[in-house]
Amino acid sequence: MGNYTAQELTSIFAMQGFAGISLFSVLLLMALGLAIIFGQMGVINMAHGEFMALGAYTTYFLSTLTESFFPGFMPYYFFFAIIAAFFVAGIVGYFTEFILIRHLYKRPLDTLLATWGLSLIMQQIFRSTFGAREVSPALPDWLMGSYMPNDTIFIPINGMFVLGLTTLVTAGVYYLMFRSSWGLNVRATTQNRVMSGAVGINTKRVDRMTFALGTGIAGIAGAAFTTIASTGPTSGSQYIVDTFMVVVFGGTASLFGTIASAFSIAQAQSILEFFISGSMAKVITLLTVVIILMMKPEGLFSSKVRK
Amino acid sequence: MSMNFVYERFLGGRNGAIGLGILAVLILIVFPSILDTFRLNLVGKYLTYAFAAVSLVLLWGYGGILSLGQGIFFGLGGYGMAMFLKLEASSPENTSIQTTPGIPDFMDWNQITELPWFWVPFESFAFTILAIFVIPALLAYIIGYAMFKRRVGGVYFAIITQVIAVILTVLIVGQQGLTGGINGVTDLRTLNGWDIRSDSAKNLLYFINAFLLLGVIMVSKFILTSKFGRLLLAMKDKEDRVRFSGYDVSNFKIFIFCVSAVIAAIGGAMFTLQVGFMSPSFVGVVPSIEMVIFAAVGGRMSLIGVVYGTLLVNYGRTAFSETFPELWLFLMGGLFIAVVLFFPNGIAGIFNKYVSKIPFLNRFYEDPEKSAIEAKKTADNHDEESTAEGVKS
Repeated sequence: MGNYTAQELTSIFAMQGFAGISLFSVLLLMALGLAIIFGQMGVINMAHGEFMALGAYTTYFLSTLTESFFPGFMPYYFFFAIIAAFFVAGIVGYFTEFILIRHLYKRPLDTLLATWGLSLIMQQIFRSTFGAREVSPALPDWLMGSYMPNDTIFIPINGMFVLGLTTLVTAGVYYLMFRSSWGLNVRATTQNRVMSGAVGINTKRVDRMTFALGTGIAGIAGAAFTTIASTGPTSGSQYIVDTFMVVVFGGTASLFGTIASAFSIAQAQSILEFFISGSMAKVITLLTVVIILMMKPEGLFSSKVRK
Repeated sequence: MSMNFVYERFLGGRNGAIGLGILAVLILIVFPSILDTFRLNLVGKYLTYAFAAVSLVLLWGYGGILSLGQGIFFGLGGYGMAMFLKLEASSPENTSIQTTPGIPDFMDWNQITELPWFWVPFESFAFTILAIFVIPALLAYIIGYAMFKRRVGGVYFAIITQVIAVILTVLIVGQQGLTGGINGVTDLRTLNGWDIRSDSAKNLLYFINAFLLLGVIMVSKFILTSKFGRLLLAMKDKEDRVRFSGYDVSNFKIFIFCVSAVIAAIGGAMFTLQVGFMSPSFVGVVPSIEMVIFAAVGGRMSLIGVVYGTLLVNYGRTAFSETFPELWLFLMGGLFIAVVLFFPNGIAGIFNKYVSKIPFLNRFYEDPEKSAIEAKKTADNHDEESTAEGVKS
């Protein structure tokens, strides 16, 4: 690791660690949504990245709207943008399930093809609406800048904000899925659809709401994404493979596994990036994950259910 | 080997022989006589993708194993051929203006002064041909062994192969000095002294490619009509029953994955020869999924249907992206959705459904579904007889 002193190494690890936290947050938010859609429903949603982009574009749209009509509202709009991103992506997801996904539950591999087609269409819609160039919303001033505990460490405030947002959403998902009666319905439907229907659960409605929740969380991921990078029509598709990796690596039905796997993948990549090139950092991270998955196919933390 | 054996097993009986005959007439006679060299070369390029689509019929259509990484093998075949051609094009005389003559130009631009070790064997043509077959098969064996022995399949296999495609692409793009980076290996000129850029060479390569494709389809047909082919289909429907019958399911899966890897790699090598370059944009996630789409549109259970599927999608892309580039993505996306929702058996499925209703034509045509039902009836009768016998004794 070169000629770094212990002091410098600590600073490097701390700063790259905090840089990794932004990546971790976006990956985790994406993976939470996908873990619900893929882990619970078995749908391979290749358009998940486009739902993230939809959330990001919603944020951009609201920021442009606020800037031109209510400039005084700029410091606060971001909170509403997060909520709007959730609902816009969620509603589009709701109709996607109704029009497309519900016909394919018995053919999981075909959901992959159909949602890939959907992702192409959504990308083209973004391109036609917002242009091929990448866009960034004007962020409120309080999100800018960084906190400096000493001379060598800078901690960006937007990273901390996104981390807080992610924590909130994760807690919300945990509550919804494991502590609410709605979550009980979702898990029951996953385990035995016919029996759930027999005891009076409206399984079709559960499917639609579950899919909508998953895509809605992807929308929140999109709002968070705008604080760390600019959004283009294909921004979402760049994250889709990594997100699937996070979900599979963590073990599909485990919330804790998803968090641990998002954290380790994001941090490994971010810290390695400082010492070797970004592309090699990605290669080494993904290769390690693939090799671990080949030895332990059920992922890091598999829930103990029979197949 | 009697004629009848060839007819039944390599051509697939009357239907198969007629279908293959029509395809052969189309790509060997019709296209070369109506298209100029430029267009013919373009069709030749599409037909190299058809190798990957055929490989997916074996793997996905019959084996039920969806690989989202056929681009890996297409790329390995293509890069193998490209490395040989690049070394031939980078002779010390041709590259005398470089700081280090005799190595590929992109290495020189990246301050590399010695040919990397893994490039050295590709100076031999025999090794290159061998590598185009062996390296993809070996990689497929390693991936297949690691996954299928642990009974990982279905969705997980699809995702892991996709990640491997990402890894390979990022590696190729990142290591510009060793691989040519994002631009790929370009400016390929001669194959053992034969100029592949000339019109006559392009025409000849088209025919070599077409014959290879027809050969690969026949070999695939042979595999599918063998006992192994039946086991493959049985495995797709009821894997556990095949396993409980005493067959080692994972070995069959590894074998068919290796076969499909080699078929895709042949396509890749022919791509490089006809197009004159190879780049990471034919290796990654998007091309790999597109290969699946070609197979889905043509009909994932039809070796001949997928060739038409490949031609149709690629022709559509070329035609539309020239005139309405925006419309093309909508159309392509809509096509995937429509195929999955309404035509799960693709063009071949539509053909099977309607051609049997056309008078005159249907005389030459046995409906595969009908013959399958009849075969099942015979099998059931046989079952009943044997049970009856069992009761008697």
